[in-house]
Amino acid sequence: MYRYDDFDRTLLAERVKEFRGQVARRLSGELTEDEFKSLRLMNGVYLQLHAYMLRIAIPYGTLSSAQLRRLAYVARTYDRGYGHFTTRQNIQFNWIKLAQLPDAMADLAEAGLHGLQTSGNCVRNITTDQWAGVAPDEIEDPRPWAELIRQHVTLHPEFSFLPRKFKIAVGAAAHDRAALRIHDLALRLHRNGAGEEGFEVMVGGGLGRTPFIAKTIKPFLPKRDVLSYIEAVLRLYNQYGRRDNIYKARIKILVHDKGAEQFAKEVEAEWQSIKDGMLALDQAVFDDIATRFVYPAYETLADDPPELKAALGDPRFATWHGNAVNRHKRPGYAIVTLSLKPIGKPTGDCTADQMDQIADIADRYSFGEIRVGHEQNLVLPHVAQRDLPDLWRALDAAGVATPNVNQISDIIACPGLDYCSLANARAIPVAQNIAKRFSDPKLSQSLGRLHINISGCINACGHHHVGHIGILGVEKNGEEFYQITIGGRADEGAELGTLIGPAVPYAEVADVVEDIAEAYLSLRERPDELFIETFRRVGVEPFKERVYATR
Amino acid sequence: MPLVKGGRIVADGFTHVEDGAPVPERGAVLVPAARFLADADELLRRDGPVGVIWPNDRAVGELSPYLDRLALVALVFPTYKDGRAYSQARLLRERYGYRGELRATGQVLRDQFVFLIRAGFDAFDVVKQADAEAFEETAKRYSVFFQPTGDGRMTVARKRIARRAPAPAARQDRLRA
Repeated sequence: MYRYDDFDRTLLAERVKEFRGQVARRLSGELTEDEFKSLRLMNGVYLQLHAYMLRIAIPYGTLSSAQLRRLAYVARTYDRGYGHFTTRQNIQFNWIKLAQLPDAMADLAEAGLHGLQTSGNCVRNITTDQWAGVAPDEIEDPRPWAELIRQHVTLHPEFSFLPRKFKIAVGAAAHDRAALRIHDLALRLHRNGAGEEGFEVMVGGGLGRTPFIAKTIKPFLPKRDVLSYIEAVLRLYNQYGRRDNIYKARIKILVHDKGAEQFAKEVEAEWQSIKDGMLALDQAVFDDIATRFVYPAYETLADDPPELKAALGDPRFATWHGNAVNRHKRPGYAIVTLSLKPIGKPTGDCTADQMDQIADIADRYSFGEIRVGHEQNLVLPHVAQRDLPDLWRALDAAGVATPNVNQISDIIACPGLDYCSLANARAIPVAQNIAKRFSDPKLSQSLGRLHINISGCINACGHHHVGHIGILGVEKNGEEFYQITIGGRADEGAELGTLIGPAVPYAEVADVVEDIAEAYLSLRERPDELFIETFRRVGVEPFKERVYATR
Repeated sequence: MPLVKGGRIVADGFTHVEDGAPVPERGAVLVPAARFLADADELLRRDGPVGVIWPNDRAVGELSPYLDRLALVALVFPTYKDGRAYSQARLLRERYGYRGELRATGQVLRDQFVFLIRAGFDAFDVVKQADAEAFEETAKRYSVFFQPTGDGRMTVARKRIARRAPAPAARQDRLRA
């Protein structure tokens, strides 16, 4: 856990006070809605279809049980008793009244939670691996780096009015669980040939109507230069990013127009003039941040304890264990994923009661810590393996033990037309229909790792371009149609998906997904060849034939 | 539009000279960028301070030969959401060492004051009278700053370290007190 101190609390209190004043000026008419808009956005307040929506950051995806309880309290007190976890380690409340927003924010601030820079044209919540600090394959915990950057960009006087939003992610593991290459800027910690640690810097990733995979502009950046290099990138973007067209304003367009090489050169020149200045990393500052990430007092335990071995005789437990439990850095411990994708329910939603239950479970089995991943699931990062059978029963009772993590029904979807004023088509019911179609755990398990991503419009909040199967809702003559892509991925081999053919109507989406799944089962060379591997081997054609043969 | 300087609402001592209009022989003048660059040396030789209104899409490096003779640089916010002038301000102060008046013009709301001050602005052409009157209170709204800029304010990171290990001098002060 990261321990906040009085400086953090003072800043949040000052921010809430400022926002209270802004709301008062808006309500009295002193601020026009247009003037108010950017100010409220920078505090995470959107105007949605039905009401104001409040987006709360969960920096680097780490929550304490006390914070989760506070989110439950806010959901109950100011909203309709639930919250929605997003693809960027945030949680959203969809039904809050403007006049009550400052109170909700003050309540959240007491628990160190806030909506600062979760929206607006500024640097957004810094995201990272939800397994940070416990993943066996990481070089080091990336969260102190994420926190260093978070502090640096919080209310940054130069970069709070950028051409458009700016998303940063940090990873430090061999396997990319943070979707680095779809970010405006991403840092990947790695070792160079000489065994030194530094960051690969990628820029210009992003989805939306012009999707790009980020390009590497600096293969190896020494750790001491992280802040100065980010400052150089942001300074170029702030000055030269397009501001005449909202759809061309992201840094990906600037990088594309200039060419990654030219962009890298310009960043290099700017960086050279500031790298040895006040942003050169002071080790004492970094150490101060790093020491405030507190790790639990783990016991000395052995892997595969007898309690676990005995429980694996129960096939329901064994199925869940095979799906939701992963290896941990420490022997005798495990990382457990909680599915927020129960069959037939909105993806990523969590009720206030569930939040309270999960907070209690975390206190009992995970040192009071919970993580939030970009797949819209939760994680308990420090579970003793001997507790897994008891934990499973508790999670099952809370409705978060569906054994579908990373499977076809573990769908990432945006809120779509049901909540969002930008959407052209529904996303949640499409996800529900598909999940129901594949509700048989055996079928779902036999399909292996298969990510479906659904967006209700071209803004791509459901990341459809990088879904193994991507589904994009469009509107044609007042009817909802869906374009289907396959072969996209957001991991270390990031790619954009390939369109398989003409869009299909709402009622046929689940049929098409079923056709694609069947095509895969007949095309794969062996049972453990994943969908994405089969696609890479055979390409789009065989899938296309199968889907459109009878349409 | 009220002008705030030194924390107070003051009269603007500069005469704004439009493109094509004659430049008064004496007194402080504020001229558009193209006009200034067309005969900068001539303008700077006249009797009285000269300021320039600099657009936000032009590199401030072009001004570097004149900065020690300019009394005022006015940077423009076409809307408050367009933040290019923040970068220009920091470059002028921190890279080119400009020490004269740095004025924010255009759509300037109270909600920008803290950012503007931190970027190096010291004069503010504020759109609304109420915002101008709220300057002093609004400018002090924040006491916590996370990033270093040319304004020299101590960052939280530094304060944390200073608090943990007080410098010898500070320790002595405390002993004396």
